[in-house]
Formats: sequence, C-alpha cells, structure tokens
Amino acid sequence: MKTANKTITATRLVQDALTKADFFKSYNIFTSIYADEALEKAAAIDAKIEKGEPVGRLAGVPFVAKDNYLVKGTKTTASSHILEPFVAPVTSTVVEQLEAEGAILIGKVNMDSFAHGSSTENSYFGPTLNAYDNTRVAGGSSGGSAVAVALDIVEFATGSDTGGSIRQPASFNGVYGLKPTYGATSRYGVVSMASSLDTDGFFTKTPEDMDLLMSICAKRDEKDLTTLPDFYDETPAKKVKKVGIIKDFDNDSVDSEIRAHLKEECEKLKEKGFEIVELDMPTLKHALAVYYIICPAEIASNLSRYDGIRYGLRSGKAHSLDEIYGDTRNEGFMKENKRRIMIGNFVLSSGFYDAYFLKAAKARTLIINEYKKAFEKCDVILTPVAPNPAFKLGEKVNDPIAMYLEDVMSVPINLAGIPGLAIPAGKTETGLPIGLQILGPRRSDKTLIEFAKELA
Amino acid sequence: MDISREDLKHLAALSDFSMSDEELDSLEGDLKGIVNYISELSSLNTEGIEPTYQVFEMENVWRDDEIKPMDANREELLALTTEEKNNQIKVPKVL
Repeated sequence: MKTANKTITATRLVQDALTKADFFKSYNIFTSIYADEALEKAAAIDAKIEKGEPVGRLAGVPFVAKDNYLVKGTKTTASSHILEPFVAPVTSTVVEQLEAEGAILIGKVNMDSFAHGSSTENSYFGPTLNAYDNTRVAGGSSGGSAVAVALDIVEFATGSDTGGSIRQPASFNGVYGLKPTYGATSRYGVVSMASSLDTDGFFTKTPEDMDLLMSICAKRDEKDLTTLPDFYDETPAKKVKKVGIIKDFDNDSVDSEIRAHLKEECEKLKEKGFEIVELDMPTLKHALAVYYIICPAEIASNLSRYDGIRYGLRSGKAHSLDEIYGDTRNEGFMKENKRRIMIGNFVLSSGFYDAYFLKAAKARTLIINEYKKAFEKCDVILTPVAPNPAFKLGEKVNDPIAMYLEDVMSVPINLAGIPGLAIPAGKTETGLPIGLQILGPRRSDKTLIEFAKELA
Repeated sequence: MDISREDLKHLAALSDFSMSDEELDSLEGDLKGIVNYISELSSLNTEGIEPTYQVFEMENVWRDDEIKPMDANREELLALTTEEKNNQIKVPKVL
C-alpha cells in the first residue's frame, strides 16, 4: 500500500481519500467522517517526515473502521438506533494498534445493525450499495468496509466476522477479507455480538497488505483475555501441497458460475503441481442450524446490556423503570435484532435448552472434529464463500431464512474457530465479482495469506 | 415444534420488548419459520458427544485482584447517561 513520503504527503493521501468519499456519497458508505481530525493527524506525520523522524509502517495511510469499533470521543452506532447517541469512552485495541503505526482513520462505515445480517440492508441508516452494481447489495454485515476498499476510497478497512461478515462482503465486492483465527486479534472496544464466534479482521486489496496488518494487530492484548499468545510473526507459513475441496458444497444450491470458477482454480492448481483432495464433510450441512441457535443465544445475552439506563438511547415516553427497558429496547432495535434476541431467549429457555442450545453445542464438537479430520488429509481447503454473487437490493431482506442461507458456507469456520481468507476469483458473465475462501487449521493465518499470493 | 401466541408473548417479555399486538403478528411467521429451520438439527446423532462452548484453547486465565485505572474515568462514563445527579445515574422511582 502507498505510505506517505516527502513527495506524496500524508495530507495528500488523506485529502484524496476524503475527495473520493464525497464522490461516492450516493453509495451510503459512511456513518461518520472525521475530515478535520484526519487532516490534523496527516500534518503531524508530514512534519515528522520533513524532519527525518521515524514514522510507522502505515504512515499516512487512510483507513476506515466498521462502526462497531469504538474510538474515544466519537460516535459508535453499530448502525443502530439504540446506540445512535453513544459517544465512545475508550478506543478499541485494533484501532489503537493501527494508529500507532501512523494509519489515519478518516471515518466509520455502515453495517447491518449490530452486525445482524448479510447485506447491510438491516442498517438503521439504510443500505450500502455494491461497488460493482448499485442496484445490488454490498453484502454484510461489514458492507461499508468492503465497498470503501473496493471503490479505492481507502487502502484498507477493519471489519468483524461472526458468521461470514467479512468474507461475504469481500467476495461481493472483489477484495480480500480475512477472518482470523479466533483469538488472534483483540476484541477490546468492539461491540460484542456472539462472543464465542466474534473475530476482528480486515479488508485489503492485496495479500501483502493483509500480512502487514496481521503482523501489526495479531497480538496478545491484556484487555482481551481471549487473545492468544503472540503467534503470527513467530509461525512461518506452511508450504501448501494438498488443497481440499468440500464435495458436500458441490451441488445445485451453489451458483453454477461460482462452481465453474472453483473448478477452474483447481485445474490451475493441479497444473502448478498441487494435489487436489476431495473431502466428505457431512456434518457441515447442519452448521447453519447450529449457528442460528448458538449465535442468537449469545446475542440475547450480550444485547441485554442495552437497557436505556447507562448509555445509548432512552425512550422519552417511558414513566417507570420497566417501561424504560421495554420501550427503549422496542424502539431502539431493528426487526432482525428482535428476531435474533427472541430466538436466543427461546433456545435458552427451560424446556427447550436441551433440544436446542445443548444439542447445538454438541453438534459444534462434531463440526470441529470434522475439520480436524479434513486437515489430516490436506493443508488448506478451498471453497466458495457464498452460494451466489451479490443479489438485488430488497430481494431477501423480508425473508430471514433466505438471508440466513447466504451464510451456509461461511458460518462453519466460526463455529470451529479456524481462519478463513476470502479472495477475489474473477467475475460472472454480467461482471459481478466472485469470491472463494481459503480455510486452514487454527493459527494458520499466515499460510492462508501466503497461499493467496499463489492464486493471485 | 411450533410456537404458540402465548410463547411469543413470553419471549417478548423475556427479551424486554414492549411489543404491540400488530408487531407480534408481523414477527410470528418469521419466528415460526426460524424455529422450524433450526429444528432440523434433531436429525443429527449427538449421543455421547461432549458440548463445546468456547474455542480459545484456554482454561481460566487468572490475574491479581487489584484496582487499576482503565481507559475511561468516572466522569467520562457518567457523561454517557441521559440523566445524572450527584455522581449517580438517575432513573424513575422503583419503590
């Protein structure tokens, strides 16, 4: 990526990004823009460069953060009404790590409200449009992040992936999107969704940029006790020889052009001397049901904190404490938030807990074991990200099951805690980007990034 | 598995949503559809399988129980609430 130097200054890089952000206003990408602050930070970096003082590895590089990343003193809405008035009292670790290397946050970007969705249409601020066809969805939930990178407004963006929210929008907009190993990056200061599944990752234009960002951010953070000990820089990439293909995803439920591209990619790999290994993974067909039990259960628990008392929206019409809770939550959450919270409370309630939540937790063990077995036979797995390219705005937004089915090939790895890297893999006949994902065992993030260079 | 109207009202109450009957109507079909979808899991044999609740390779992580200043102070946190009085968050009378 382009970092600032004496000729191309940080100020110039930031100004360019702000101009492009304004030019693409109609795509509804931003929830806030910090023009003045960004230019001030750029001037400070330029002054350092002028004096010959050391600057970071991301000096003057403009970036955007998904609007569930907290940045002290600025609004963090999670694209929801209930957090619309919320001004963050702390800064997320990832944003801090990036800024410490000289990157400049120019704004926050749109998402499905609380990251509940696969199209960014569930945003309280309206949908973000696809970078390649503005009648289609951006994908989601990190739609704003993907489109900001795809339209070249910024060099990179942060996102979060609980069930595909980085990889699916990356594939819909033709950019790279990494869902790291669970625990690789800190989640401190990022709005929680489903804590056993949430990961923070990035959107970039190249695998090299992804490697740089991971080398900066994949660190142990004492503010997030689920972070792993530092492993990224210490673990060399494994030389990939065997590439697995999941036979269970090769059927009519996946778009024929996507399947054709995957086959083509496999042929190319064979020519380069890689071995293609066909995998039977029969438990994966249950992963979506498992996900839509465990994820809502954790959502119901995490989102119970939004009660109108300590921060965020407080309903004006309420008179008693109970009315404050009920009215604030009913006014502040969107329909999909409510569906998930109610389903979560259903699967956790006495009488249903064993049949749903406990059953799903057991099925999760089987899914983890299935991946372990698969990685005994191959080094990485190559699969589609989503069953289709970007769909039309409005096509699925009123049909929750149709929207959930978008996630059928992306959620299994969140359940297993393993990493997945979405890569651009050509276009459909009508010019829509097609994405594939490379999966590997836990802590294989660097291997995935190195292998992506092979496919680029 | 089917959820009744009473179940729905109960779930709305558990979720702290003050929903009108019209809103419950509009969610009823969706929630029934979702419950119907996730119920397919009953076809998977999980006999003798241990459940997994987390995937971070660690057991308890201990730290000393000491009071340390974090990133935000009391004033900054109190500034986030709608109504504050005497360094406390003000809510309607509960008793």
